[in-house]
Amino acid sequence: MSTLVVESRFADPDRAYRALIEAHRGLSDEDSATLNSRLVLILANHIGDHAVLQDAIALAKQSMAATDAATE
Amino acid sequence: MNTRKALYQYGYRRCADQGRSSPARHPVAVVGAGPVGLCTAIDLAQRGVPVVLLDDADRIGEGSRGICYAKRTLEILDRLGVADPCLEKGVTWRIGKVFQNDDLLYAFDLLPEDGHKMPAFINLQQYYLEHALVERAAALPNLEIRWRNKVIDLKRRNDGATLTVETPEGPYDLDAEWVVAADGARSALRGMLGLAFQGEVFEDRFLIADVKMKGEFPPERWFWFDPPFHDGHSALLHKQPDDVWRIDLQLGPDADAKAEQTPERVVPRLRQMLGHDDFSLEWVSVYTFQCRRLERFVHGRVVFAGDSAHQVSPFGARGANSGIQDAENLAWKLALILKGEAPESLIESYDLERSAAADENIGHSTRSTDFIAPRSAQELRFRDATLSLARHAPFAKRMVNSGRLSMPSTYETPLSTPDRETWSGSARLGAPVPDAPMRDRSGRSVWLLEALGGEETILHVPNGSQPPAGSRVLILGEDLIDEHGFFTQRFDTSPGSTYLVRPDQHLAARWRHATPPLIESASRRLRGIEGDHA
Repeated sequence: MSTLVVESRFADPDRAYRALIEAHRGLSDEDSATLNSRLVLILANHIGDHAVLQDAIALAKQSMAATDAATE
Repeated sequence: MNTRKALYQYGYRRCADQGRSSPARHPVAVVGAGPVGLCTAIDLAQRGVPVVLLDDADRIGEGSRGICYAKRTLEILDRLGVADPCLEKGVTWRIGKVFQNDDLLYAFDLLPEDGHKMPAFINLQQYYLEHALVERAAALPNLEIRWRNKVIDLKRRNDGATLTVETPEGPYDLDAEWVVAADGARSALRGMLGLAFQGEVFEDRFLIADVKMKGEFPPERWFWFDPPFHDGHSALLHKQPDDVWRIDLQLGPDADAKAEQTPERVVPRLRQMLGHDDFSLEWVSVYTFQCRRLERFVHGRVVFAGDSAHQVSPFGARGANSGIQDAENLAWKLALILKGEAPESLIESYDLERSAAADENIGHSTRSTDFIAPRSAQELRFRDATLSLARHAPFAKRMVNSGRLSMPSTYETPLSTPDRETWSGSARLGAPVPDAPMRDRSGRSVWLLEALGGEETILHVPNGSQPPAGSRVLILGEDLIDEHGFFTQRFDTSPGSTYLVRPDQHLAARWRHATPPLIESASRRLRGIEGDHA
């Protein structure tokens, strides 16, 4: 359990995505950021594995770099 | 504002080295009579090595510096003969409380178990510690403190260094086989060797105030995030002896250091915090801090210890504590090298062990600073999210970081002989052995660490066969009686268990059943004579 799972794990990924959208709906950007900060901490603890957390951070950053490159 | 006068004044005295045609030669010159230099010098002198201790000042008592001394430091000070006056004068504490706004987030107890001679922590103004150390140093005939002796030049040689020392009567030279640079964060010796001192600089400014008052607060460490009396910032309150309280207030990166130190600014802030103005100011300063270190602590025959080698933020009380642990790591090794009982390469293990300790301390202190003084809106969001979650979920409580208080390092070192068996208990290979209350042969109470002292020691639990031989062997049940079972539990003993303890009381090796060749080999290894040397 020390590598990040990137294959889809939700039985219904659309519902999971919808849950995140609903959680943020109607919030200001500032409140959304506050909510996300709490979510990240809760989920990171649930993962409870430093290597997986690092992998997740790396994947997120990598995808940002790819997005930036695509928009230039 | 900083009106505190020097509490202890020492005089310059001409020494025999001055006015000689050729420099006098000394085994060790220690530069800097702060806690680290004094501990190094005392430890060396106790080990029979003559020491000259040079300091550019002639007094102690100014400034507001270290106040917290941790259990391991107190154990070292006890071996150096100065723990008693420190404990007598100091404020003993073990409870810390962390607040957000008005609410208690959590409390912690630093020493939840019995059977240790030393408390978790004492608070004591640094000048009282230094005074106790100077008194102890004065009682050692082979230790000479030279006040107002300022090192102004250092020439390295293969077999030592020549120091040029400025005095009120002019300069003189002295040769030392080894030089210990314990001359503080602004180390002049570091500059003389042209060594880089690199790391992270923190922008946030903090106000430190030592306040004299009759307080209603208990002797505990109280830390606030975002307190009602100091909006948006952090605050720390900690008791010192003489009705003095250390107050530490985060001011933010844009604070005006000069203006913030004026009574017009300071007094209203403190009045708001304390709810009254029945106090007087002992000391006020505004500081920023840095976490940085030398890449190497050993440069030929010049060895850096304490703040000259590494600097941390004050959160966690890791400055003076780690410096004193440097001193104890260094002293026994230098003593063995100078007596020809260990190869010169043993000094490399000082660099290795204390570098790792410095990295550990810098890591803790940097992470505490990240939490206490967030540097962006998102860092602040994470911090505040953690504080809010701490009220609802245990995991977040553990993330709340108001300073992780100094603990001794466990050395992963070539001086240790790797365990072959499994062990439980709190004794860990490479760590200082846990203390335990014992009785000696005559039935008198003695603490394990007192019995160990500063010598390499074999502890053996008898099993009917021949006990081990070695320079110093203590047999459990004969030399030391484990009346309350603390030793048995902490060392996970069984009949035949044998432990080899280093001169700095760290555990070097242990066996369920030791043979003479195993013990001999481990003993040579801890002196750097064999084994895989870095």
